[in-house]
Amino acid sequence: MMTSVRKPRVAVHKFSSCDGCQLALLNLGEDLLALAERVELVHFAEAGPLDPESDVDVAFVEGSVSTPEDIERIQQVRRHSRFLIPIGACATAGGIQALRNGANGAQWVAQIYSHPEAIASLAHSTPISGHVNVDFELWGCPVNSRQMLAVVNSLLLGVAPHDNADKVCTECKRHGYPCVLVSRGVACMGPVTRAGCGALCPSLGRDCYGCYGPAENANTDALAAQFERQGLTPQAVMQRFQSVNNQAPVFLAAADKAGMPRDE
Amino acid sequence: MPIRSDRAGFLPVAQLPSLVARLMALGYQCLGPAVENGAIVMRELDAPDALPRGLQAAQAPGHYRLTQDPQNRYFAWANGPQAIKPQTFAPQESLWRVARDAEGALQFAAVIPDAPAQALIGVRACDLAALAIQDAHFLREGRRDEHYAQRRDRLFLVAVQCAEPAATCFCASTGDGPTPSAGYDLTLAELAEGFVVEAGSDKGAAVFDALNLSAATPQQIDAARQQGQAAAAAQTRSLPDRNLRDALMSRLEHPRWDDVAARCLACGNCTAVCPTCFCHAEADTPALDGRTSRHERIWDSCFGESHGHLHGFNVRPDIRSRYRQWLTHKLATWHDQFGRSGCVGCGRCIAWCPTGIDLTEEVAALTVGEGTP
Repeated sequence: MMTSVRKPRVAVHKFSSCDGCQLALLNLGEDLLALAERVELVHFAEAGPLDPESDVDVAFVEGSVSTPEDIERIQQVRRHSRFLIPIGACATAGGIQALRNGANGAQWVAQIYSHPEAIASLAHSTPISGHVNVDFELWGCPVNSRQMLAVVNSLLLGVAPHDNADKVCTECKRHGYPCVLVSRGVACMGPVTRAGCGALCPSLGRDCYGCYGPAENANTDALAAQFERQGLTPQAVMQRFQSVNNQAPVFLAAADKAGMPRDE
Repeated sequence: MPIRSDRAGFLPVAQLPSLVARLMALGYQCLGPAVENGAIVMRELDAPDALPRGLQAAQAPGHYRLTQDPQNRYFAWANGPQAIKPQTFAPQESLWRVARDAEGALQFAAVIPDAPAQALIGVRACDLAALAIQDAHFLREGRRDEHYAQRRDRLFLVAVQCAEPAATCFCASTGDGPTPSAGYDLTLAELAEGFVVEAGSDKGAAVFDALNLSAATPQQIDAARQQGQAAAAAQTRSLPDRNLRDALMSRLEHPRWDDVAARCLACGNCTAVCPTCFCHAEADTPALDGRTSRHERIWDSCFGESHGHLHGFNVRPDIRSRYRQWLTHKLATWHDQFGRSGCVGCGRCIAWCPTGIDLTEEVAALTVGEGTP
């Protein structure tokens, strides 16, 4: 007879973010019940349980490090977690709020808030991996339930989660979606963007905007040159790389390069 | 007086639906051209008269735009982004599943697809040539792939002669088109007033006979033949008419590989739209209850990172080595494996490359000064 084994303890922490990635867990529906049979959800504010300081086997971290308090708190999460897994573009690349990294953040705060002194905001929004060691990263804005389940399942089975860094194009092709870059001439980011979404945007006839971050061997030079041939201005090309993953090093470099004057 | 299937018959244009109706009556799920995301794809026809007319597509490197055929023909388009590969080599499917029984032992079971009988209408000569290559791979003696075989055995192929090749087509130079010569159940050549029809198999002959066709006139047969010759002559691209194996394998350090690597996105689109590429990856998908798992096969590409991953290192870490792998396998080492080149001249890798890399141009640059000019 099998002895009862302690269920793995799971925490979900939120940093600077919109909460959308946590919905990937909440939206599991019936699967969430099946999951609850196999793990103990120790801390998950959006779902109810509150216990941020207990030791856990797996901590999912949504959001970027964006305030002085975040810097302290992520260290604490690391100390209490066996596996720490950032989820989503904020946690893996700094998120849309990292657009301030290239601007004067203090000036923005002064322009927007009537009491800027009440805002404790770091000059830069940075990914979790910039502060603590991370064990695996799930890219996406937001991540989806399928990815979350696959990671949890792998950890429960004691194997390393599968890291798919191939391009979105591979998913378009497996689903039979014709390439919108070729058939419509739109500036699709799929050829440099990490798979995982199931080619959601191209399935609806629109261009990928890179919300899953850079794929491996992302040839941003070749894609930027193609966008220009399709009629995009250098400014427009730069903006294609300045979305939710603007601080992912590969996209940041591509945006900088696109914005620079060309030697002809 | 109807003629028998050992001769060419004639199907008036207004009676094309009767062919589809006959196939539907035989229980075939009929697939034909349809428009999706600005491209011509193969989708199920919901009625015998559902085949669209007047579709055409202008193609160029990295470019595909739907146009209107001024003659309003049924098959004046050259091809779409995908041949018939997904109908036989599924992009994603389960090969087997495993379950843990009450005693904790693992029980394995093969998953064999329950494939529908499908009739594919509008198959091109290049598609048929590619299918023959895929057959050689998946149905090899002693290595028969049951998943492929289940679907392949139940296909009914209605081929069509290409009258309007795209600017990206070069099947005439590879010897695979534009007029279908083998591998079909029925083949059609579209003329203004109707179709010259020929049967190429027993099941094709049975459908042919049931249609009670009149004989095609010598003038119609000649017009179809000339149409094929004109379509071949109209092709503007070509591959050299010889085995490129030695020419390419002796140029593995040619600077052109660096040049093309700078333009290549390593997105794998060329391999996915190529009708002869057959690489796949396998992965396990465990269910959430931890008791069952499916073993799945998905399309993979030599342009992906994991495809070149061996224990501890990657044999193709950069784009240069991946593009070189694709081109030298397709056009060089394929000869060792299958006794011919792996290219059937459909031009999809040219049209559907987001940056418009042209395989024929790369070959010309790599082999400049080699063999006959």
